[in-house]
Amino acid sequence: MGENLFTGIAAWLSALLNAAGVPLIANDIILMVVKFVAILVFILVNVLWLVYMERKVSAYIQCRIGPNRVGPKGLLQTVADIGKLLSKEIIIPRLSDKIVFLLAPVLIFVPPLMIMVVVPWGRDMAAVNMNIGVFYFLALASLSTLIFWMGGWSSYNKYSLVGAMRVVAQMVSYELPLVLALLGVIMLTGTLNMNTIIEAQRHTWFIFAQPLAFLIYFIAGVSETNRTPFDLVEGESEIIAGPYTEYSGMGYAMFMLAEYANVMLVSIMCTVMFLGGWLAPFGWTFIPSWFWFFIKVYVMIFIFMWIRWTYPRIRVDQLMGFGWKVLVPLSLANIFVTGVGMYIYRAIGW
Amino acid sequence: MKTQTYSLNMGPQHPSTHGVFRIVLELDGEVVVKATPVPGYLHRGIEKLAEARTYTQVIPYTDRMDYLASMLMNWGYVAAVEKLMGIEEEIPERAQYIRVITGELSRIASHMIATGDYAGNIGGLTGFTYTFRDRERIMDMFEMVCGSRMTVSYFRIGGVAADLPDEFFPACRQFISDLPSMCDEYDGLITGNEIFQARTKHVGIITPEDGINYGITGPSLRGSGIAYDLRKVRPYSVYDRFDFEVPLGERGDCFDRFSCRIKEMRQSARIIGQALDNLPDGPILAKVPKVIKPPAGDAYAEIESSKGVLGCYVVSDGSPKPYRVHFRRPSFINLGMLGKMCEGWKIADVIAILGSIDIVLGEVDC
Repeated sequence: MGENLFTGIAAWLSALLNAAGVPLIANDIILMVVKFVAILVFILVNVLWLVYMERKVSAYIQCRIGPNRVGPKGLLQTVADIGKLLSKEIIIPRLSDKIVFLLAPVLIFVPPLMIMVVVPWGRDMAAVNMNIGVFYFLALASLSTLIFWMGGWSSYNKYSLVGAMRVVAQMVSYELPLVLALLGVIMLTGTLNMNTIIEAQRHTWFIFAQPLAFLIYFIAGVSETNRTPFDLVEGESEIIAGPYTEYSGMGYAMFMLAEYANVMLVSIMCTVMFLGGWLAPFGWTFIPSWFWFFIKVYVMIFIFMWIRWTYPRIRVDQLMGFGWKVLVPLSLANIFVTGVGMYIYRAIGW
Repeated sequence: MKTQTYSLNMGPQHPSTHGVFRIVLELDGEVVVKATPVPGYLHRGIEKLAEARTYTQVIPYTDRMDYLASMLMNWGYVAAVEKLMGIEEEIPERAQYIRVITGELSRIASHMIATGDYAGNIGGLTGFTYTFRDRERIMDMFEMVCGSRMTVSYFRIGGVAADLPDEFFPACRQFISDLPSMCDEYDGLITGNEIFQARTKHVGIITPEDGINYGITGPSLRGSGIAYDLRKVRPYSVYDRFDFEVPLGERGDCFDRFSCRIKEMRQSARIIGQALDNLPDGPILAKVPKVIKPPAGDAYAEIESSKGVLGCYVVSDGSPKPYRVHFRRPSFINLGMLGKMCEGWKIADVIAILGSIDIVLGEVDC
């Protein structure tokens, strides 16, 4: 059951439109819009759930109970919080750059939403099956640096400025090992298409073929999402909330929700590149492929949360040193070893 | 390229200045060029208020100085008044032992907050909840003893307010037998963490000379390797009867100060164990008059509080109200070196250094 649930709905809708005499081009456009809206709704609902999950996981780790009052098992806590934040006054600092200040929390959600379009949620379930999917993903993911900087710079607050400077330094330094780590996988498969990469892992997941790349990607991924131990950008105990310091109400909530969207993105990428995407392990195909995808993504998200609530924060110079002196050389070495390995494999004719 | 420094006003509203402390930082990028501590935002004039109260009425005010170790604050004041009255020798044995037990419990509670809060300052909020979970048991015990959890006002001039209730003893014994495993847990979660060590080792060093010159006391001084603990070097009350060690650090950095506190908790548990074993029977209050009127004169008494040496200076003019009360607050005096310690470090280190001194704003500003 369920394997063709979503593709089936799409095919049924397409057939329905066809039967109604809608021209082919309009049919395609309508289907595209439906898919985008479905992804949009899915992401937003998922983010709400992730906030709740984070609070429950952190509560479990910290021997607390966590939200349990609003709704059954506290499930509606995030909804209540968002409702509260929506009703709050939006305070704009007098000397801030108002347009940029207001634009930043709106734009912060754009890169994650755009990226989700190319994600293969299951077999044949990418909204757009792009042949440069990985490249598109990485290019858009680095855009959020700019938006954090917009928020930090326009706030007219020194804490925000320090946070924004940290964002740029950290993101630029950790984007590099992140991309270089993924390069090992791309070398093995010779493609940038996410679906092809997943298909290539039919026999071995790349976490086993590229363990070092996985580790580097994982560490850089934690840094990309600005979470502990790399949450210098927010650095709650040092610089209040970094770029978000001056934001109130929904502006602040947008930044917070975007953080979870980013966590999901990094986990999705991890699943696609290293954990075999929607492929079922052990041949357990009785569970639909899209469900496998979510299981894997959520395992990754849980590990992210686990790390966040266990580790303290690293210092800014240590962060830079670790990025440039450890991760970058290691990822370069990984590329070198992968290249040599591939050459030898081909030479002996495997 | 032409660059310039900028000043960052950290506090009084800031998540990790332990209350309403303020530091004005002169920064070059992230590096601190100059740090100017500005205390005083929680000043309530306790010393002045004391002049309008009777001697016993001052005790609740001392609770509100270092509210994390309020038993010890009581003790400092009470010891000075007893010295002024010349009844130090008349305090009943049982009262002395109860003072040691509750005082050491208070020390453990204070060090637990210092430990957990420090983990929070470094960015690992989880350590915070673990120490608070365990501190809760001490608070419960205080509630059994005097009905109050934080502001205990348990000590009286000449003894303590009430005897220990029966349910206190099993709870306390269970607690001190659990304490070593609690400390192991903190060590595993916080002290042993690689990132925590990278953040705290070799940061904010207090050299032994500086420590002495700036009058730093308590774990902050012992972290630099100087064995100055009043309970050992000038034993007051019945501390000379107990077998315990004074844990010392080596380098005098944030990590040493932090780990000294965890080791001190283990030693305090040893003291409590011995005191419970040898707790004598008898009265809990010396024979003091209803209206306390110490003879005209002055007295200064010191005790080892959780933050350092707490001194209390009381001047009497023979009336039922103190003419002048002054407290030597260890938190305040330990802060003296903060500006010098922060220079040359990063913003994040300022928080690490401030947290490692373990201040309580109620005591700093008094």
